[in-house]
Amino acid sequence: MSLAERLWRFHGGISLPGSKGLSTAEPLRNASIPDILVHPLSQHVGAPAEAIVSPGDVVLRGQPIAKAAGYVGSPVHAGSSGTVVEIGARPVPHPSGLSAECVVIRTDGEDRPFRGYDPLTNYRTLNAPALRARVRECGIVGLGGAAFPTSVKLNVGVGLKSLILNAAECEPYISCDDMLLRHRAEEVILGAQVMMHALEIRNCCIAIEEDKPEARAALMAANAGIADDRIEVTVIPAIYPAGGERQLIQVLTGREVPADGIPADIGYLCQNVGTAAAVARAVLRGEPLISRVVTVTGSGVASPANLEVRLGTAVSHVIAECGGYTESARHLVMGGAMMGFPLDRDDLPVIKATNCLLVASKDDIRPRDAALPCIRCGDCAQVCPARLLPQQLQWFTRADDFEQVEALNLYDCIECGCCDLVCPSHIPLTQYFRFAKTEIWARKREREQSDHARERFEARKARVEEQARERQRRLEAKTRALGKVGKDEAARKAMIDEVMKRVREKKNAGSSEVDPE
Amino acid sequence: MRRFDRTMPPHLRPANGVTRVMGQVLFALLPATIAYVWYFGAGILINMTIAVAVAVTLEAAVLGARGRPIVDPLRDLSAIVTAVLLAFALPPLTPWWITATGAAFAIVFAKQLYGGLGYNPFNPAMAGYVVLLISFPAEMTRWLPPTGLDLALDSPDLAASLGYTLTGRFPADLSWDTVAGATPLDQVKTQLGLARTVSEIRSGPLYGDLGARGWEWINNFIAIGGIWLIYRKVIRWHIPVAMLTGIIVPATVFYLAEPGSFPPPSFHVFSGAAMLGAFFIATDPVSAATTDRGRLIYGAGIGLLTYVIRTWGGYPDGVAFAVLLMNMAVPAIDRYTVPRTYGHGR
Repeated sequence: MSLAERLWRFHGGISLPGSKGLSTAEPLRNASIPDILVHPLSQHVGAPAEAIVSPGDVVLRGQPIAKAAGYVGSPVHAGSSGTVVEIGARPVPHPSGLSAECVVIRTDGEDRPFRGYDPLTNYRTLNAPALRARVRECGIVGLGGAAFPTSVKLNVGVGLKSLILNAAECEPYISCDDMLLRHRAEEVILGAQVMMHALEIRNCCIAIEEDKPEARAALMAANAGIADDRIEVTVIPAIYPAGGERQLIQVLTGREVPADGIPADIGYLCQNVGTAAAVARAVLRGEPLISRVVTVTGSGVASPANLEVRLGTAVSHVIAECGGYTESARHLVMGGAMMGFPLDRDDLPVIKATNCLLVASKDDIRPRDAALPCIRCGDCAQVCPARLLPQQLQWFTRADDFEQVEALNLYDCIECGCCDLVCPSHIPLTQYFRFAKTEIWARKREREQSDHARERFEARKARVEEQARERQRRLEAKTRALGKVGKDEAARKAMIDEVMKRVREKKNAGSSEVDPE
Repeated sequence: MRRFDRTMPPHLRPANGVTRVMGQVLFALLPATIAYVWYFGAGILINMTIAVAVAVTLEAAVLGARGRPIVDPLRDLSAIVTAVLLAFALPPLTPWWITATGAAFAIVFAKQLYGGLGYNPFNPAMAGYVVLLISFPAEMTRWLPPTGLDLALDSPDLAASLGYTLTGRFPADLSWDTVAGATPLDQVKTQLGLARTVSEIRSGPLYGDLGARGWEWINNFIAIGGIWLIYRKVIRWHIPVAMLTGIIVPATVFYLAEPGSFPPPSFHVFSGAAMLGAFFIATDPVSAATTDRGRLIYGAGIGLLTYVIRTWGGYPDGVAFAVLLMNMAVPAIDRYTVPRTYGHGR
């Protein structure tokens, strides 16, 4: 039975100009290997990996250079053979613009392979834990842009209803999945088969937006060649953000993923097609994740194209491979035109999450108009795929009323940017929401810290009070003892002498001893 | 290494703008304005001119006094929309100082003193109108009959209209007794009070097929403009549909129960400010509810209140009061009609 007998709609969304033709005219090709590869230790969701090489070590292509730290984590592999020249902080592509630990390799140009991972060609002997172990050791993370460790995502038990492969690629300018499918659709289907086998999933739906007929044809052809009738290709309408995991599941199944849950809670596993191809390579060929398809596009680059790029390659090198910058290059964005974040320099490395490098002119990315007051038209709520009320969220954010902001489910905002695009007052709503999210986190952390400090303070106060009471009790006991002795002058004297003696002894014992009080 | 200008996502820019929204609202009023001039003479154009001039001048003055930029807010056209809607609600022959008072109250008190565009809880045009209705009841209910009726009345020409508006006096050969009457809604109300039946009243020359002569055509053109706004997605269907339903349902119930005492629903919809209210007044986004369900409640509330005020209240038309009353309810409506977020339980 097919998963999508009919298609559903998710709330809102907008039709956007795809701007994809720019980068799909040229066939997919390999970028050259640069002299220097910079591998950040944190290019995935979760704890940064721990370096296991030292400067001076010779490494091979695909050799692990950092091991995963923690369950949600991923190792990092050398992009080519060469020598480790440095391990230290380097600027990395991250919205914060901060530097982070990187392993820097000077390549030797020989690209000698590491043979540490045996191909598991007979994957039918593979069970779920074995598959997860392979995917984890090969450093595979979600290649759709989120970079969540795939081995963690695959830990959903067995027997789900469906595997959904996401080829929607709804964001303007990005075409890396499109080009991957045009050239290597078979790999994607093999990856689907591996996951379906290990997780005992009976069918798979590959969802692709209607505006990619070439990729769809390639996918159909590959599927026909493999002749696996459990796998079907479903064409979905091109409405941004149909490629959002939760939106895609809604389009295909009509069901919503619980806000605090994951797709597996309702029986689905969703993977990007690029991730599926990487899984196929890791399992069937023993190749760890050392390269990915990157869309290089925008009117700021001379000849836009899609390239298979070694991870760690500098952005400037990739741009040079595409003929360099044009005169109009003004902005550099990693990701697409809706959700990509800006890079302020081009010496940063390509990482696992780099699906697109958009070099935009000032016509591609116009300056924002000054924001006018909100006129409460509600257009933002009409297009919100999470069915939020951006207008009210914005209002309460401005009023500093974060309790209301949370009550209106700010954390269900996927930051797709639809509300920004329809706002007649040109209010940067998505920025408001990013601000509100970090502000709420910061305040919670602050509150936790102050709670902790208060607890410590109160514990100390209780301790001090208890000590004071104890002293008081001792004093009272002594007074009572003294009182009992009463008029007996000799006994009184003996007692006083005893006390004086104790004091003298204490003095003699030395001033180094400090009374704990 | 090359450096780049940072810009936060999303990197695409909105195509819509407040000026465009307001401009489309004004454009949608054009056919109704022409019909208005056709039936009631050029008075409305004079009123519009006065209202717009006062509104724009005062908006600029208050923005200046508040230390805000002046030119950009004026460009959003919202003051002009308020003034034009106010002019639509005024009788064709209104002394200039009444129009000016209404526009001034709408812009200064109902809009700018609350913080300007986007912050006014009450519809400024209706607030201005209600102030005039309460302060100058006689002037505000003296309407001209539509042209083309043989009522033995004279229609003032442009010069006479302008003269009256500016000086409050007619030329020697005209007087209110020879040119004016009450509005059809007003007349129905008075005559019902005199124990005449609806069919008797409607057999008079003021009444047409659906509502009142002239009025019904103006209302038709307002509806056409409003439907165009819905088609252009400047407004959404919820408020107009809910408001008209809110009028039609009780009107139908009472008309069917007692046709002699209650005018038919078509009369209610095609007379007075029902259409203008449904498509242009209640849909003012700033003072309306923002959620879909909220807008249905808001619109239905205005419709019901309009019917109640028209039928049992002290005023012949109730749209302005109904809108202001429901404006007050908007924060509560918004609060209790929050849609279910994706992935949250029903």
